[in-house]
Amino acid sequence: MANVLVVAEFGEGKLKKTTHSAITFAETVAKGSNGSFSILLIGGGAKAASTELAAFGAAKVLVADDAGLANYVAERYSPTVVATAKTGFDVVVTAAGAFGKDLMPRVAAALGAGYATDISSVKVDGAKLTYKRPMFAGNAYGYCEITTPIHVVTVRQSEFAPAQPKGGNSPVEAIPVAPPSTGADRVTFVSLDQVKNERPELTEASVVVSGGRALKERFKEVLDPLADALGAAVGASRAACDAGYAPSDLQVGQTGKVVAPKLYFAIGISGAIQHLAGMKGSKVIVAVNKDAEAPIFQVADYGLVADLFQAVPELVTEIKKRKAG
Amino acid sequence: MKILVPVKRVSDPDNANKIKIPAGGAKIDTTGLEWKPNPFDEYAVEAALRLTENGATPKQRGGEAIVVTFGPPETVTTLRSSLATGADRAIRVDSTDENLDGALVAKSLRALVEKEKPDLVLMGKQAVDGDSNQVGQMLAELLGWPMATFAATIKEEDGSLLVGREVDGGVLTLRVKLPAVVTVDLRIVAPTSVYSKQTAPTFKYNDGVRFAALPAIMSAKKKPLLEMKVTDLVPDTALSIKYLSYEPPPARKAGVKVKSVPELVDKLVNEAKVL
Repeated sequence: MANVLVVAEFGEGKLKKTTHSAITFAETVAKGSNGSFSILLIGGGAKAASTELAAFGAAKVLVADDAGLANYVAERYSPTVVATAKTGFDVVVTAAGAFGKDLMPRVAAALGAGYATDISSVKVDGAKLTYKRPMFAGNAYGYCEITTPIHVVTVRQSEFAPAQPKGGNSPVEAIPVAPPSTGADRVTFVSLDQVKNERPELTEASVVVSGGRALKERFKEVLDPLADALGAAVGASRAACDAGYAPSDLQVGQTGKVVAPKLYFAIGISGAIQHLAGMKGSKVIVAVNKDAEAPIFQVADYGLVADLFQAVPELVTEIKKRKAG
Repeated sequence: MKILVPVKRVSDPDNANKIKIPAGGAKIDTTGLEWKPNPFDEYAVEAALRLTENGATPKQRGGEAIVVTFGPPETVTTLRSSLATGADRAIRVDSTDENLDGALVAKSLRALVEKEKPDLVLMGKQAVDGDSNQVGQMLAELLGWPMATFAATIKEEDGSLLVGREVDGGVLTLRVKLPAVVTVDLRIVAPTSVYSKQTAPTFKYNDGVRFAALPAIMSAKKKPLLEMKVTDLVPDTALSIKYLSYEPPPARKAGVKVKSVPELVDKLVNEAKVL
């Protein structure tokens, strides 16, 4: 019987959809083990999301809302997660993004708990949990068990479909914020420079259009019309980000965002192992590259050997024609 | 500043797709793959050198960078290459990957930090074999130190570091007062990413990690290299995570090349049905 604690991700005044994937994991474990799950909502102004989270069938929604938590700082969030975990939880989970990966190893170390990250699936056998996770840039998957009483995990948003609200009304309980950890007084939040994004989130979009270094300064000019025509999110290769043609948070890859959309366009992307690690779970992959030998063609379902500066505008026209006709 | 830089030896990341998993999945076989320093840790070494020098006169050391690795005797090669690029001394903690997990490495590093008393522990954000992205964070918690992970920029101030972190959606800037733990991301070795107080703010580094010239490789052999065992640092070496088996990723069915854009769109609409 496993009791799971979902750490909701709340920032910039809203609940992030990463939370819903963590809830799906929690539901899977709770159902399979005859246990339950609760949600910990932590952040400045977080109680605004408590009504929404009360509709997911959680045993409880615990809210730690304090002005001091307005900007995420691990040393201030971790102690409350740790204190809550100790009130009878066996598994603590959040999604595997910048927030979860920064916070959860600290939580694990404070609890003396084993930690497994980027979980892509979980097998539940009574109270025994076996986690599957990618290694070697997704060229291997390992099945592992955590040997400590409490498990701390992060789950891949691309592998756990977001939970849908079920209705019902979980009890919502305000809890005190635990004192910050040692060292918290030595870290100051200075600023958060967010890239404004009107497109769907990369990790949630059903269509992604990704560009490589070949696009150069024309990255936006060439890809935006295609992304607009498809209602897609835009991604980028590491090389495009390193060269400054695309902002870093668009990077898809082993150490960037991992996506698994219905349709992924790799435009002018050669297909380095590290890039494939972030997108080879996509359902349908289309590659456009003028090099017929580019490794990307080995994973593409449809490959077009062409000059992207001709092919992409032609693709936009053709797609619009189909949608109109 | 005194900086401790943990460096992990990994199988050639650019050939990660050539690993073999025998039937039954008992292990991951990396035979035939060359050993390389974990790229993120190489970047951490470069960042540590930039923080302990004046960029204009790199041959003059202005601080101390100590590299440490956990591995079998052959891993001295990994350490020597860091010493050749400019690190001041090295430590090898004798062990093999099978006997380690992230938590044990973090506990061992804590003991080492208590011995060496560095101002900063600087390391790669993740090892590209295990892909766990955990040791820096765990170490910070065990030490009760502030941390800044996924750092793309570091600027030394008086007794603190201004760190720009790459997060989902942009850049989050933190100021951490030393001693602290910082883990680095890919863009930490760009020309204007890392500045010590000694380096002029207008100085531009070359992009990437510096290479070791032959004389430096030779003199690296004389730099101090200390060897010790995990049990010298941590009495309890029990692991908290156990791998039962491995398997390759799901195979994708072979794709086709299309000859034109209309043909491509036609297939996406009628065959794949994704448009």
